[in-house]
Amino acid sequence: MIDLLLDITLLTFLLVTAIAIIRIHSLFAIVMLFGIFSLLSAGLFVVMDAADVAFTEAAVGAGISTVLMLGTLALTKNHEEKNPPHRARLPLLVVLITGGALIYGTYDIPSFGDPQSPSQQHVKPRYIERSIEETGVPNTVTAVLASYRGYDTLGELTVIFTAGIGVMLLIGGRLTRRKKQEDEQ
Amino acid sequence: MKHNLILRVIAKYLFPVIALFAFYVQFHGDYGPGGGFQAGVILSVAFILYTLVFGLDTAEQVLPHHVLRILASTGVLIYAGTGVATMLMGGNFLDYDLLAPNPVEGQHIGIMLIEIGIGIAVSAVMLMIFFAFAGRERS
Repeated sequence: MIDLLLDITLLTFLLVTAIAIIRIHSLFAIVMLFGIFSLLSAGLFVVMDAADVAFTEAAVGAGISTVLMLGTLALTKNHEEKNPPHRARLPLLVVLITGGALIYGTYDIPSFGDPQSPSQQHVKPRYIERSIEETGVPNTVTAVLASYRGYDTLGELTVIFTAGIGVMLLIGGRLTRRKKQEDEQ
Repeated sequence: MKHNLILRVIAKYLFPVIALFAFYVQFHGDYGPGGGFQAGVILSVAFILYTLVFGLDTAEQVLPHHVLRILASTGVLIYAGTGVATMLMGGNFLDYDLLAPNPVEGQHIGIMLIEIGIGIAVSAVMLMIFFAFAGRERS
């Protein structure tokens, strides 16, 4: 019961934040609202008992990406450019049809926490039953991420590493700034 | 924000608290929510706060670019190196069972090692990206 109330409250706030993001033109306010959006999603994950995911969402979504977007904002303008008014009938139609199809698709998804759903049937029982005796780690999420799926996590870490290298190559390093200072002199 | 006294003092006190929380998340990841990734992000947040308050140049004296690059590569290397080490010991890639005489103990050591690798790499990469953005001037 309390979960349902929390869900309704959080989803209402999410909707309000999403509408505010669409309506507002100040990019600074939008970045802040994005942070709030992430924090609300983290709250939803906590209600769904996915503490690890909520933790990541709060740290990365609400923390780091907000800071990075503010950093980007400092390099550009503070306001959205005003678009000429136009009627977006075709895009609206496409969005409505796609949205309708997605909502129709949700009827085939097993309900939340359904023990008969395929995702609960495959390897999950083995992880839950055997992970403590096999890895000695009480947190099953850590056991799966670091041990059973260690190879995937190595791939994820490599993705982050590559992203860092990419950003550094594109805009990073002292070199550009030093060159600029020399140019000014 | 160089002249903002309250901010500077509070940031100075907050830095160790955030860093300590990051280490708690890092080493408590086996028992509670969290792990290397979250810990790395939180640790980088501590340095980002420091940078925001004390300026990029001070922060770069604390953590120069080349150190961050080395740290980021070291983290990935620790992870992949753990896998190679288990291969050299005669097992599969990332088969932690062989790291200690007892398989469960081996798993514990292996998970601890790769989580430390993740933590180091993630915090260094996050700071690298943040410094890259913060270092660009408005053109």
